[in-house]
Amino acid sequence: MKFALRLLTVSALALILAACATDTGEVPAEPEPTPRPMEPTEPVEVDRVDPANFADSRNLDNPDSLLSQREIYFAYDRSDVRAEYLPVIEAHAEYLRANSSARMLLEGHADERGSREYNLGLGERRGSSVNDLMRAQGASRGQVEVVSYGEERPVCRQSSESCWERNRRVEIVYTAR
Amino acid sequence: MRSYSIFATTAISLLLIATSARAQLEIEIVDGVEGALPVAVVPFDFGGAEIGPETPMHEVIAADLRRSGLFDPMDEADMIDRPTRPAEVSPGTWQLLKVDYVAMGRWIPGADGLSGEIEYHLVAVHSGRTLFSRAIAAGPGVFRLRAHQIADAIYEELTGTPGAFASRIAYVKVTDTGTDDERFELIVADSDGFNPQTVVRHSEPILSPAWAPDGRRLAYVSFATGRSNVVIQDIFTGQREIVADGAGINGAPAFSPDGRMLAMSLSRSGNPEIWVRDLETDRMSKLTEHWSIDTEPAWTRDGRQILFTSDRAGRPQIYRVDRDGRNVTRLTYEGDYNSRVSVDPYTGALAMVHGGQANFRIAVVDRDLERLRVLSPGRMDESPSFAPNGRMVLYAAREGLRGVLSAVSVDGRFRQRLVLSDGDVREPAWSPLAQ
Repeated sequence: MKFALRLLTVSALALILAACATDTGEVPAEPEPTPRPMEPTEPVEVDRVDPANFADSRNLDNPDSLLSQREIYFAYDRSDVRAEYLPVIEAHAEYLRANSSARMLLEGHADERGSREYNLGLGERRGSSVNDLMRAQGASRGQVEVVSYGEERPVCRQSSESCWERNRRVEIVYTAR
Repeated sequence: MRSYSIFATTAISLLLIATSARAQLEIEIVDGVEGALPVAVVPFDFGGAEIGPETPMHEVIAADLRRSGLFDPMDEADMIDRPTRPAEVSPGTWQLLKVDYVAMGRWIPGADGLSGEIEYHLVAVHSGRTLFSRAIAAGPGVFRLRAHQIADAIYEELTGTPGAFASRIAYVKVTDTGTDDERFELIVADSDGFNPQTVVRHSEPILSPAWAPDGRRLAYVSFATGRSNVVIQDIFTGQREIVADGAGINGAPAFSPDGRMLAMSLSRSGNPEIWVRDLETDRMSKLTEHWSIDTEPAWTRDGRQILFTSDRAGRPQIYRVDRDGRNVTRLTYEGDYNSRVSVDPYTGALAMVHGGQANFRIAVVDRDLERLRVLSPGRMDESPSFAPNGRMVLYAAREGLRGVLSAVSVDGRFRQRLVLSDGDVREPAWSPLAQ
């Protein structure tokens, strides 16, 4: 009996696979799923995390949530955070506030222009700008650390503005979630 | 006879990791000079001895002299006469060949047949005078160094300035840039790029090598721990000590002229300030106190003041502060970006990165700060370092995606490029003269 059931399942699966394999062109309209009560442990639940819930660690990997944004970009030889990045910083600060064991590294970077040691200073200043905002939003002192790599760790290596603007950045790296 | 004990030891090659011969720097002369002095360096007479140098000494000497931009050594093939001592020089022949000075030498083996002396001479063709006749101890492993020292002697005799050929250069080489196999190596090589030795190698960045005046210690910045640290390493024994690992940036080391102090830029107090560590007592003193980025300290020749980069007026410019932290004075006003100052150990002139926006070049300012001369073509030139005799400035440039080293004469008339066959080179630092 058990064996027969398994065989049936396998055959059904094979049928489905065959159907998929022979499927050409038009995607048939998906039938409305029959609503049924869901168990809280169902993986489907992940999709229903509110992306604006910045206390939820699952949003760190949710592309729809601001928490998945980890780069903040800067203007040439500047370290002030542009207004467009404030919501990202607020989201991460809220996460830190809600998760006291979370730890964050702010990696400051500069483009290749100018001298390396000055750029180390510039990278740190950028990291500190972001840190100051995190702290103002309630992140605690021990949660955030700034490290500057100056121009030593570029993400793009051409000598052009389109490249430089990607290198002038602070990367938010969680060392503990 | 002079003694060059520190750099003479063959132990150097035993204690450092040898890099592949392929990795050595090759020098290309980019801009030549007219009116270079015509000289002939005659092949040294080894009398058929089996222990001769790998590269003939006269070739090393001639290449050194040519690289200085001040000499035009004659091709060996054109030498119709091969004197080995002044008595054998026939002035008429050399006048006909339009050579002003003839250098020559020979090997005098010692009792053991392994060690011995190189006897060398310099003769002025027109007067027929012997300008010097000297001898220097030599043997396997030091022939190349001896050749550089003989080139130094010729250079000094004919220009009045000590030569810098027997000095060394430190630089950072990066291989497999941007990949998981990326490696940073701090390398020390002869001034002509030969004999490269790896001092330290790591997957994390290395930058800002700085020589101690004794020519045996290097300070540099290492990210080996994931954070910046300042390390002092003895290049002969490999012994290393972390001298700054506080919170934030630990960078930009610079030894004082007497070698007893190390200036650095540290941000442990919140933002980068200039600090000095007494290397004997380990006492730290903070020289600057400003919200700006204060970095890249360089000592004046008398050790009483420190020059540094600060953006306290909005953009990076060069400032000077007394050793006790008083009298902060801005020195540069020309251009909107001046940084990474290097002091000419000979005249006190300053070399710096000069530019702004997308063009950074090397400029030199006289000691009286009157005149700024741009020496390099740009556009991403950085890390200037004076030769110990003040005649050339070594710096890092970019060629496409890789870094190369260039050297330019302080008058800007002569430029050469040191090309590495693999990898990307940067952060050059020219050693002091051998003591």
